[in-house]
Amino acid sequence: MTTKELQKFAGEIRLATVECIKSRGFGHIGGSLSVCDALAVLYGDIMNVDPKNPKKADRDKLVSSKGHAGPAVYATLALKGYFPKEDLYTLNQPGTNFPSHCDMNKTVGVDMTTGSLGQGTSEAVGLALGDKLQGRDCKTYLLVGDGEANEGQVWEAAMFTAAKKLTNLVWLIDWNKKQLDGFVSDILEPFDFEEKFRAFGFDACTVDGNDVEQLKEALSKKATDKPIAIIMDTVKGKGVKEIEEAAGNHSMNVAPEVFDGWIEEIKSNLKALEA
Amino acid sequence: MKIVYNGEKDSRQFKSVIGETVEALLNEDNKVVWLDADLMGCSGTNKIKSDRVINCGIAEANMAGIAAGLSASGMKPYAHSFGPFASRRCFDQVFLAAGYAKNPITMIGTDPGITAAFNGGTHMPFEDVALYRSLPEATIFDITDVPMLQAALKMAKDMPGVKYIRVPRKDSYQVYEDGASFTPGKAEVLREGKDGVIVASGIMVHEALQAAEALAKDGVEMTVIDPITIKPLDVDTIRKYAEETGLLVVAENHNHIGGLTSAVQEAVCGLALKFGYVAVEDVFGEVGPVDYLREKFDLTSDHIVKVVKGLK
Repeated sequence: MTTKELQKFAGEIRLATVECIKSRGFGHIGGSLSVCDALAVLYGDIMNVDPKNPKKADRDKLVSSKGHAGPAVYATLALKGYFPKEDLYTLNQPGTNFPSHCDMNKTVGVDMTTGSLGQGTSEAVGLALGDKLQGRDCKTYLLVGDGEANEGQVWEAAMFTAAKKLTNLVWLIDWNKKQLDGFVSDILEPFDFEEKFRAFGFDACTVDGNDVEQLKEALSKKATDKPIAIIMDTVKGKGVKEIEEAAGNHSMNVAPEVFDGWIEEIKSNLKALEA
Repeated sequence: MKIVYNGEKDSRQFKSVIGETVEALLNEDNKVVWLDADLMGCSGTNKIKSDRVINCGIAEANMAGIAAGLSASGMKPYAHSFGPFASRRCFDQVFLAAGYAKNPITMIGTDPGITAAFNGGTHMPFEDVALYRSLPEATIFDITDVPMLQAALKMAKDMPGVKYIRVPRKDSYQVYEDGASFTPGKAEVLREGKDGVIVASGIMVHEALQAAEALAKDGVEMTVIDPITIKPLDVDTIRKYAEETGLLVVAENHNHIGGLTSAVQEAVCGLALKFGYVAVEDVFGEVGPVDYLREKFDLTSDHIVKVVKGLK
């Protein structure tokens, strides 16, 4: 995909994400919007996946260990044709296949069940290790939240990834600076993610995580004997000014007309891209 | 099922049997993976040469999550640590990544209850069965002897859900014939008597059989049942013998809260029975030789005899 096409795909994912959350009236909007550009590049350009054969063994896999980014993942999968877009509007309704947090047994195309923060990191390690042991030529992409990195399990999994040279596992840290109770740096200062991952044995870099070109370049890099960790410098709530500026934007509960305003903003941004 | 119990110690150590059985499983099925948490020397797996034997280091939560991920990729993982670390330490990971997410894995918890001995109270799980009983679709094997360990390890490989195998590393008394096969949820009746029933699992099976022999000398004929799996529990068999004899005693190497005692009580609820248990009271473990701990926590055949006689 060209840069413009990727930007457009990211905008469409944002639009579908907000529409999805609007259907229920509330949801994890901030951390969903911060990863839309990464999802656009992964599913638009990088990952070898087939929506018609979602369980194909040698497909590339995505684990959103920040399971609450479910709405953005579902929006991406809908746009890729895994299921009709209308299905998104059942988010968190009784009996839905689209719960707040990603569930591999409910949503077609979701590769791993996540939600208890930290757990997706080890699960992704297991997926990548299993692919390696079975001689499959494919990769697992792991999305980890910056607040999520409070969890010790994240660092156990990071240590394992580098120590066992699991170069078919790519870590993407969504450094969006905020967690539920406020700023990450106020709650539990993580210091320098890039340095941390380098010290853990990764080939680490930091990119603008809301810039599809930078993401594409980082994700296109071939791993040497070290696994790759990409620190994505992002804005929580990216793409909607009011959400970006809101202090508490982890989960938002607003009136339908507020959602409509946000949807209009995303639509006009999309239109500007096309012009 | 042929019962070969003679009250003498088996010369085979559980630890060696784990190593040999796992090596055979790795050779016969290329989907099998053994994960360990810096305790391969304790599980007898440290001599196996295979890229599917992986030391995860002292990180049990990560190991359990990796096991679930491996399962999702089509592998058949076993993961080992000492009992408390294969249950308490990684329970959220086993519960969600394996149980809730329907990624079948087998957890092996060695040195359950008082068999933790010199590792002491920090390593002495009297609560592991309670935890795994609360995990939907889980299967719990409390290992009695070598043939049961071999069968459980083999069976667990292709069973759905989370399997928890709790097994000491050292001595045992052979009860079942070599090559015996078992069915999860189907209890084995080791001897029959009209005066009462003892339901015992793991190391307490030997104590129950000793107690039954001692009681028989006094004219009290007891049935002894090994549930094989504490979950699923063979409710029908236990209820049948409880109803017929009217006296039921449970014996387990675990806190009476949440373990086999609780499971059996739930199974016989509503029956008019004399009921007793030989299990750990609601206390923490402590350090010492197994013989000392057996007396300390009343997990002896003498105590079973006392409880049965007290109910008569």
